[in-house]
Amino acid sequence: MLKLEKINTFYGPIQALFDVSIEVNQGEIITLLGANGAGKTTTLMSICGVVPPLSGKIIFEGKEITGLSTDKIVSMGIVQVPEGRLIFPRLTVLENLEMGAYLRRDKKGIKKDLEYVFNIFPILAERKNQKGGTLSGGEQQMLAIARALMARPKLLLMDEPSLGLAPLIIQQIFDIIKMINKENKTTIFLVEQNAHQALKIAHRGYVMENGRIVMQDSTENLLNNEDIKKAYLGL
Amino acid sequence: MDYFFELFFSGLSKGSIYALIALGYTMVYGIIELINFAHGEIYMIGAFTALIISGILTILGFNKISILILATIGAVIYSSAYGFTVEKIAYKPLRGSSRLSPLISAIGMSIFLQNYVLLAQTPNFVSFPELIPEIKWLEPYSSFLGSTDFVIIVTTAIVLVLLTILIKFTKIGKAMRATAQNQVMAALVGVNVDKIISVTFIIGSGLAAIGGVLIGSHVGQINFYIGFIAGIKAFTAAVLGGIGSIPGAVLGGLVLGWTESFGTGYISSDYEDVFAFCLLVLILIFRPAGILGESTQQKV
Repeated sequence: MLKLEKINTFYGPIQALFDVSIEVNQGEIITLLGANGAGKTTTLMSICGVVPPLSGKIIFEGKEITGLSTDKIVSMGIVQVPEGRLIFPRLTVLENLEMGAYLRRDKKGIKKDLEYVFNIFPILAERKNQKGGTLSGGEQQMLAIARALMARPKLLLMDEPSLGLAPLIIQQIFDIIKMINKENKTTIFLVEQNAHQALKIAHRGYVMENGRIVMQDSTENLLNNEDIKKAYLGL
Repeated sequence: MDYFFELFFSGLSKGSIYALIALGYTMVYGIIELINFAHGEIYMIGAFTALIISGILTILGFNKISILILATIGAVIYSSAYGFTVEKIAYKPLRGSSRLSPLISAIGMSIFLQNYVLLAQTPNFVSFPELIPEIKWLEPYSSFLGSTDFVIIVTTAIVLVLLTILIKFTKIGKAMRATAQNQVMAALVGVNVDKIISVTFIIGSGLAAIGGVLIGSHVGQINFYIGFIAGIKAFTAAVLGGIGSIPGAVLGGLVLGWTESFGTGYISSDYEDVFAFCLLVLILIFRPAGILGESTQQKV
């Protein structure tokens, strides 16, 4: 479904990604693991065209999307839940959700999806007229996920959804990610530092170090790999 | 008491013009954090466009009200085209560079547009026709509220209501607010950020053009330099109210208009600008973010 072919991405003169190749198949959850600064967020931003790669190809559903503008890429069905959640702080919860459906024209479908996300996250329904900036961290993460779902994504990119949240809420978030994948058949590309949780729900995983993919395998094999155990699972 | 009301309404009408121009500053700042110093020139170009259109229409024998309306529409369209083009030429290529570069580019644009009008027109003041007709039923109140002031106040009020509806309730308004709050995230939900920035420039320029037409027929003469003075005053109003805040720009404009009007009326007309800028200094000392401005602290 999504294919990254040897992409190289730069921030000014500094190279952040080196020949990164990743493949995501329809319907699966794949996870990209790595330490701080490994290039995980850059990978997602490259896919979305926020920091386009200087060389290499990104192919989505058979079409090359390298170099397209972000809004074009989003309109093809690639939606991101970014790191730090990036809620619009002075829009209400409801307006944040409506912004998620910005590119859609089907009013009825939007209304139905609004009910759907309020069903998954009842707290958002309670707070729908509150400003996004007044929500707690966990609530903001739920809002960020709900906002992404409002776009009816084909491919959902999630950047560290567990960052800074309490363990109980982390568990809840991961359950919901799994459910989205199962029920909606949404393909998910999950970037995580919480390797333990990520490997539990993902089908396959990639490991990134200093801007390079150093390993890729099924989650079972990764969980049993000695290096992974030491570096990411703390075993 | 009549004198008080006279000052009140002339301050209100002056403040309305400041508010119309200040909105352009504040909206552009809200979205791309740039002080668009060429904004005053857009207002001046609006006034000149109205002058030329009204000249032609007068020769063709149109009546006063249709001239006013057509000249205003023409000025809004022409100025918006200028605002749009200025952004594309002078600011867009500099996006992503240091914050100083577009600022310098803005000052350059301002000087360029002034000199262009100076050459195309004349350096002298040219008289601006009285486009706003006398309103008959206002006559009993004419000791403190003239027709021109009345039209300026009412027009501004209508424009502000329309702008509020646009920003609060329409899809494009929501996208504008979202883009102002977080550009990357706005793009990630599919907003075409370039388009929203263009729309912001177009709306701001249109508002300034309305201000230009109104002030032209109020003062009765214009030249290439009026945009500079009005621009600085409107910028002051925007900072006064809290730059980036739309209600702030309106409030700042009105406060500035009243300060000038009451100051000149009760103290001395020689100090008109002194009152305006003293007020600015006081606000910046005691409330640096402006009257309605939000402090930039972020919750972590």
